[in-house]
Amino acid sequence: MTAATAPARGPGTAAHAARRAFRALALPAVLIGVWWAVSSASGSYLVPPPDVIAAAFAELWFSERFFADALPSIARLLGGYALALALGIGAGLALGSAPRLRALTEPVLEFLRAVPPPVLVPLLILLAGVGNGMKVLVIVSGCVWPILLNTIEGVRAVDPVLADTCRAFGVRGTRRLRTLVLRSASPQIMAGARQALSIAIILMVISEMFASSSGLGFTVVQFQRSFAVPEMWAGIVLLGLIGVVLSLLFRRVERRVLAWHTGLRAATRGE
Amino acid sequence: MPEPALPPDTSQGSGPMPEPMLDVVGLHKTYPGDGRPVEAVRDLTFRLEHGEFVCVVGPSGCGKTTLLKCLAGLMAPTSGRVELAGRPVTGPPADLAVVFQEYGRSLFPWLTVRANVELPLIEKGTGKARRRELVEESLAAVGLSGSADAHPWQLSGGMQQRVAIARAVAYEPAVLLMDEPFAAVDAQTRGDLEDLVRDIWRRLDVTVLFVTHDIDEAVYLGQRVLVLSAAPTVLQEEVRVDLPEERDQLDTRKDPRFAELRAWAYAEIQRAKADVHRSGAGPRE
Amino acid sequence: MTAAPAARTSDARTSGAAPAAAHPALLGTAGALVFLALWEAAPRTGLVDARALPPLSAVVPELVDRASGAAYWIAVGDTVAAAGLGLAIALAAALALGFAVGSVPVLRAYTASTVEFLRPIPSVALIPVAVLLYATDIRSTLLLVVYASFWQIYIQVLYGVADIDPVVEQTARSFRFGRAARVRHVIWPSALPYVLTGVRLGAAVALILAVTAQLVIGSPGLGKQIQAAQAGGAVPAVYALILTTGALGVLVNVGVRALERRVLRWHPAVRGEAPV
Repeated sequence: MTAATAPARGPGTAAHAARRAFRALALPAVLIGVWWAVSSASGSYLVPPPDVIAAAFAELWFSERFFADALPSIARLLGGYALALALGIGAGLALGSAPRLRALTEPVLEFLRAVPPPVLVPLLILLAGVGNGMKVLVIVSGCVWPILLNTIEGVRAVDPVLADTCRAFGVRGTRRLRTLVLRSASPQIMAGARQALSIAIILMVISEMFASSSGLGFTVVQFQRSFAVPEMWAGIVLLGLIGVVLSLLFRRVERRVLAWHTGLRAATRGE
Repeated sequence: MPEPALPPDTSQGSGPMPEPMLDVVGLHKTYPGDGRPVEAVRDLTFRLEHGEFVCVVGPSGCGKTTLLKCLAGLMAPTSGRVELAGRPVTGPPADLAVVFQEYGRSLFPWLTVRANVELPLIEKGTGKARRRELVEESLAAVGLSGSADAHPWQLSGGMQQRVAIARAVAYEPAVLLMDEPFAAVDAQTRGDLEDLVRDIWRRLDVTVLFVTHDIDEAVYLGQRVLVLSAAPTVLQEEVRVDLPEERDQLDTRKDPRFAELRAWAYAEIQRAKADVHRSGAGPRE
Repeated sequence: MTAAPAARTSDARTSGAAPAAAHPALLGTAGALVFLALWEAAPRTGLVDARALPPLSAVVPELVDRASGAAYWIAVGDTVAAAGLGLAIALAAALALGFAVGSVPVLRAYTASTVEFLRPIPSVALIPVAVLLYATDIRSTLLLVVYASFWQIYIQVLYGVADIDPVVEQTARSFRFGRAARVRHVIWPSALPYVLTGVRLGAAVALILAVTAQLVIGSPGLGKQIQAAQAGGAVPAVYALILTTGALGVLVNVGVRALERRVLRWHPAVRGEAPV
């Protein structure tokens, strides 16, 4: 009755961990091996062997270039994402708790959500130039929709019995917002935030590919244009790593925020 | 409370008395509906004295929940008034606590048992030390001291309803409203919870209004039973339960007087239903 | 004391619970009109630079003008074809791999880490590779679209295959269903809602990546036209084309939802009551 978190590890933890590590690493090792074999056999310049890419990666990113090209990109990404979260959740709470306002705005919001976010890049270049502001704005204006619409959805779905409970016990104002509305909408909000995160990465890259003279997206395209193939791959690997790390971080946060939700779902399904 | 041990006292109201705890006068509720207003509660007048335990029963679909929401200040009546200790109820009053039927949905799944009980106290502005005291006491009273750090969904249905009761008790209300609180728990747990509620009522100085659809439960628990008619609801009958104060799942239910009261209430409810059937095809349908 | 004429309280409660909301469709239309009016007014009153945001009355004629030419419809067709073809390839691959891996626990265990690593890699990172491999050919676009939408569907298929009700599975076994029959009558129907969720997510992503590839790489389609219009300073055209992509997005959403409703009409009766 206390098994809210991960199941207790059984006996033989060391052997168990070893087996788990093997399972996790076996296929990646095989894949890298295959890559190696194929690339050195074919000798295609487009697909250099992993050691060449690794060397290029170390040389490129373990230098001040990381601070000049990668870090600003990551900062814009996180800044834009954070802004989109604040905006989306804030506006979502307001719209979600005002039925008339929601009905009024819903079709427009649904349309704006349906616009593929990358087309906003040329648009925002028109509106905001090609500076940092534009890039952050691109990320915000692409990410905000899934967060906003999911928050609205979540706020709408607050259980009426819980809402009555709050009223009956005089829980209102900010405490109601924090303990009732935000928490009960958090599964939907997190789902929106997850979609928004992958959109944010896409937009970070594109905004830099499209009109920029710095940043990861720009650098990668630059390498491609100058046929610096191992460096190009090194850039792609870094982009991939950013995606992976962010998604791992997100999962951690999500697990914390939604622990109650997973537990509740498991309980109601009689598992 | 010495009461005549003779046939059910079917008199309306309890005559003039000083300052009732809960006073309901001419309560009427009509829902607007789209184009077809629906009258749920027609006219209800009754009062609860300080420290009373009163049960409300009625056929299913009578306006029990509507009544309760009006009493709890969760819904405004169309007309009539509700007074709590002499003050009119316009919103949820501070000295009234509600235990909802849907225990699974009235506890915050993201809060622990302790935090669920504590939340209303924080909002009420109770000091930290006193809060801890109240939470401990009320959880002990419902026998859940050991589960304070669990989340509600880790508990069985009966235990969840105990948490909801503890939350209501910790709020230190003058009046406790209970809306079919045990409708969704199994029969054995139900007996335990009934005794728990009676016990809490006798130990704390609280007035209880207990809504149920179960006649046995109403007679077993209450000092008085109000029988509602089918919707649009009026007060159909009222009876004083002249069973001994000490009640026991086995002995009380074997008491011939229990059987009598129960039969009477059953007949009243059948009559309420029959009245509906008779007029069911009326112009309102 | 007799009961008065009856009225159904259950109705009373439901209709009473909903506040008297004026027709949401009407409000929504009003909202859209307000939005359009604001769009018209903002540049006209000088609130926003008309060169950056031309009024609606300048964009609509542009849209009409473009829509009466063949180039516009060819671009729309290219975009839809790239997204649709990419989605179809991703769906086929995800179904085949998902069912195979999902129903063999060992495979599942050994591929999990790889999937967790590959899935969050942003598909736009592959743009340079696509360019080197296929230049502005449609295959560039397809590469990105397939990569992005494959993971959306694949993950859902895995969930779906794992979510089979054990009682149903045991029932099928106790009646000695063969493997083919189990797949057809147990696994497929249980996984279908998940597959459709995957298709819904994948379709949205496919459209996004199709437009992106055209925008950045320059393979033919709406994205390329937007890029060209922007480079040429044809601002109303940029807006007209963006409106077009938005309309496509709405169509995709509406279409997939309609498909979901149609295909899963029987489903709630089967699934919705299983977990208590």
